[in-house]
Amino acid sequence: MIPAAFDYARPTTVDEAVRALAEGGEEAKVLAGGQSLLPMLKLRLAFPELLVDVGRVPELRVIREDGEMLAIGAMVSHHDVIHDPLIRRHAGLLSAATATVADPAVRHRGTIGGSLSHGDPAGDLPSVILALDAELVARGPQGRRTIAARDFFVDYLQTALRPDELLVEVRVPKMADWGFRYEKFNRVAQAWAVVGVAAAVRRDDGHIAEARIGLTNMGTTPLRASACEAALAGADASTEAVAQAADSAAESTRPASDLSASSEYREHLARVLTRRAVLAATDLDVR
Amino acid sequence: MTEQLAARETREVGRPRTRKEDARLVTGRTTWTDNITAPGLLHMAILRSPMAHARIEHIDVGPAGERPGVIAAFSGRDLADELGSLPCAWPVTADMVHPDHPPLAVDEVRYAGDPVAVVVARDRYAAADALEAVEVDYEPLPPVLDLEAALAEDSPLVHSDAGTNRCYTWPLTEGDYEGAMARADVVLRRRYTQQRLIPNAMEPRAVVVTPPSTGSAGSAADEYTVYSATQVPHILRIMLSQVTRVPEQKIRVIAPDVGGGFGSKLQVYGEEALALVLARRLGRPVKWTESRSEGYQATHHGRGQIQDIEIAATKEGKLLGLKVDLLADMGAYLMLVTPGVPLLGAFMYPGIYKMDAYAFRCTGVFTTRTPTDAYRGAGRPEATFAIERTMDELAAELGLDPVELRRRNWIGREEFPYTTIAGLTYDSGDYDAATDRALALFGYDDLRAEQRQRNAMGDRVRLGIGMSTYTEMCGLAPSRLLGELRYAAGGWEAASVRMLPTGTVEVVTGTSPHGQGHVTCWSQIAADVLGVPFEDVEVVHGDTRTAPQGMDTYGSRSLVVGGIAVHQAARRVVAKARKIAAHLLEADEDDLQFAQGTFSVKGSPEARRTIQEVAFAAFASHDLPEGMEPTINAECVLDPENFSFPHGTHLCAVEVDTETGRARIRSYVCVDDVGKVVNPMIVEGQVHGGIAQGIAQALYEEAVYDADGNLISGTMADYLVPSAADLPDFVTDRTETPATTNPLGVKGVGEAGTIASTPAVVNAVVDALRPLGITDVPMPCTPERIWRAVMDAQEAEEGAQ
Repeated sequence: MIPAAFDYARPTTVDEAVRALAEGGEEAKVLAGGQSLLPMLKLRLAFPELLVDVGRVPELRVIREDGEMLAIGAMVSHHDVIHDPLIRRHAGLLSAATATVADPAVRHRGTIGGSLSHGDPAGDLPSVILALDAELVARGPQGRRTIAARDFFVDYLQTALRPDELLVEVRVPKMADWGFRYEKFNRVAQAWAVVGVAAAVRRDDGHIAEARIGLTNMGTTPLRASACEAALAGADASTEAVAQAADSAAESTRPASDLSASSEYREHLARVLTRRAVLAATDLDVR
Repeated sequence: MTEQLAARETREVGRPRTRKEDARLVTGRTTWTDNITAPGLLHMAILRSPMAHARIEHIDVGPAGERPGVIAAFSGRDLADELGSLPCAWPVTADMVHPDHPPLAVDEVRYAGDPVAVVVARDRYAAADALEAVEVDYEPLPPVLDLEAALAEDSPLVHSDAGTNRCYTWPLTEGDYEGAMARADVVLRRRYTQQRLIPNAMEPRAVVVTPPSTGSAGSAADEYTVYSATQVPHILRIMLSQVTRVPEQKIRVIAPDVGGGFGSKLQVYGEEALALVLARRLGRPVKWTESRSEGYQATHHGRGQIQDIEIAATKEGKLLGLKVDLLADMGAYLMLVTPGVPLLGAFMYPGIYKMDAYAFRCTGVFTTRTPTDAYRGAGRPEATFAIERTMDELAAELGLDPVELRRRNWIGREEFPYTTIAGLTYDSGDYDAATDRALALFGYDDLRAEQRQRNAMGDRVRLGIGMSTYTEMCGLAPSRLLGELRYAAGGWEAASVRMLPTGTVEVVTGTSPHGQGHVTCWSQIAADVLGVPFEDVEVVHGDTRTAPQGMDTYGSRSLVVGGIAVHQAARRVVAKARKIAAHLLEADEDDLQFAQGTFSVKGSPEARRTIQEVAFAAFASHDLPEGMEPTINAECVLDPENFSFPHGTHLCAVEVDTETGRARIRSYVCVDDVGKVVNPMIVEGQVHGGIAQGIAQALYEEAVYDADGNLISGTMADYLVPSAADLPDFVTDRTETPATTNPLGVKGVGEAGTIASTPAVVNAVVDALRPLGITDVPMPCTPERIWRAVMDAQEAEEGAQ
């Protein structure tokens, strides 16, 4: 539980951070809230030669409205995501899902950007970001680029960020008039999700106009339940229609079998939790 | 009469005193072993086997010794001449297989985590970094993981020179079981598995050893001071002298504040012996603090049994006999009391029930896993689980309410003292009273009505009700009995009470608290007997120099043995003080009364001396009775006359979502009878923590190994310890049937909650699912296991149709 030796840089601006990363090359790693990286260092599962600590970069902690989008700085803590009035109003799904992350100590230190950059499919936020069709803004030596959430998660613990790029902002479309629900199934309160389902639903009177469903821990990356979304588009806002659509929630997923669940059980949970999440997001009785 | 009433109001015993020790423990302004430092301190790191079973073909610690900051590095062979085998104090049978247990493996490693080399460096980081430079070639050997397969003729062997993986077989037979079975209308057979559990004390293990002449301030110049996060400083001192051959009188062991143990620190660990030997060899203080990962791999585990249970009864539900056949996983080596743990359960399988015959047999089995040993309850939780689960199964089989079946078999309140079929004599108890109160608090009848209604509706979320009417044995134990069981030590405990010249009090105890609150409770006991203020009592413990005699803390023994020793020693102080007071008051001893710390002459209350005045008179010793020694201090070494037997009724309501398999505890009620209570707040805390730990076994925790013998639940992310967020509010209450075997009427409470709760929870889960045709869910009852049980039951039903 003692990390191998590493160098440490603590920039105060994004420009400095990007320079430090570029100088560190392949062996540099960004330290945000440290809630995933520090355990990996202590277990000697990661051996970066340089840690670039972006904890003292104020510009990464800003939350602002930008037209139809909400821009959230990468170093905004989970705690602030949960409690920020702008995020609660325009991206309630994100606040609700973040409230299920780990425990209060982790939520005070962990950050939205750190969680997304880590790219853990068992994390709660990647699937939510995916369901929200968010955009991720990266800064590197070549400047700034925007990556769609659907292109961001590449493989297990791998994102589209290049080694010299820093995630600086998460841009979420305002969805104040959508219903939402994050259904997280975990074994103990502070544990990762065995499976999680993030659902956002836009109702049009008696119909479901559009549904977006993100799946946590159902593959090597967060996934969208596309078949289910297609089945829900235009469907009756009824318990039966939702239940029928939810049966396809596990299609095209490839969940792992591990200590906390078999793949078969995860697929089952994905169907059950999708039904429950969509029903709740559609304001229908779950039982 | 009024004097008696006044005395009662000022009694300390029974008051919910906040704990004296909490301010410093809670704020951390205190001494944990890892906080201790010494001039020239060196740090030790252990290289551990990455394999479950392998021969060490070659090992070279040389490259590690060349790393920056490293002082020395050693293999097992390097230290073999200085280090004896780690001790097992409980050879349960004359023919028990007792293999060598070197603190550092020499030729062979036998579990993943077995120490193979040690590095000593100037700081902890340098020591940890240098471990990767140790070169080891392992020749893999087959792991031994399955308890039944391990006993087969052709099984690979954990200890090849033993010729077998069978450690021992220990029987206990009373009455004619075969005859009982022949007379029975019903014979029910069940197999239960007690999964391995990992103790997870909040404070990891840690040890600091200072060699002679470098000791910290206050330690004698020519002794080794061993600071260890241990439950057993006195036992550790004896055993370290055996393992290292440092003479016992040259070793001082100090258990500073210790942050939990649950049995895991009732041990003599290789790292403790290594730190002592390295301090001797290098002439410098040596420190080691366990990482949490090491805690999972190399601190002893608990449970690990397969239980075959057979119960014979009449169709009216009268129990006739019980047969128990255990396989107990010893792990790779025998540690301090490894083989004895199942024996502590052997006497508890009959529980609170009357029957004619009992046939018990336990076979200890070696495997290539971390050694097992005592873990909160140690044998009794396993026994209680088996009998209480089986009683629910028998009730279902006979179509009886589980409460009614128990009532028909338990020992009536008028039958005490009662000698059970296992040979224990229960001194007191009232199972009706505890059960009736628990049923009322729980709303048993209403919950049963709701359950029937929901079952009739085919509710997706089923309601289950589980109960556990447990008893257990605390005290561990009369020395004579321990001798009969071949345990190496006695069951006594020592205390001394010293009245200081200024009238305050020092209580010296041989118990060694690690979270229990002994300082508070012993202060309450002594304050009552001596009639001095609670605040005036200091309790000295956990240091073999200042508290030289003791048997330490485990087995819920501290209050019922150590606390009673304090009580008796304090009474002896009063008896001596009475002589001096009588002398000073020129009265006959028999004419003195003693109340609230004051001796007075009957009939002339103005003639009085306080015990503080007497203490000073003894100190000055100017005017003492002829021939009297100038002291009123007193000691007591108490050997208990019997175990004590707390009991109680725990009731649990669980909602099981049959779609996801999640079991959620809806309500939990317990009524415990721990006899008279010294501090109700501490009792409440023990019950809460105990229930939580028992629920953890029922629903959450399991040490999981892969097919190669690697522990895969080796972090807190994988080994699920529930927190307050996962647990319901506990409704706790008590009945109070005093123990008759000690003057305070106390019974002990350290393990009761853990022993009681596991079967209550699993009974509730199974009760919820029984209408679906399910009769068991293995522990821990994970959502997936419950879901699979439901799926299998549905398939079976469809198949039947």
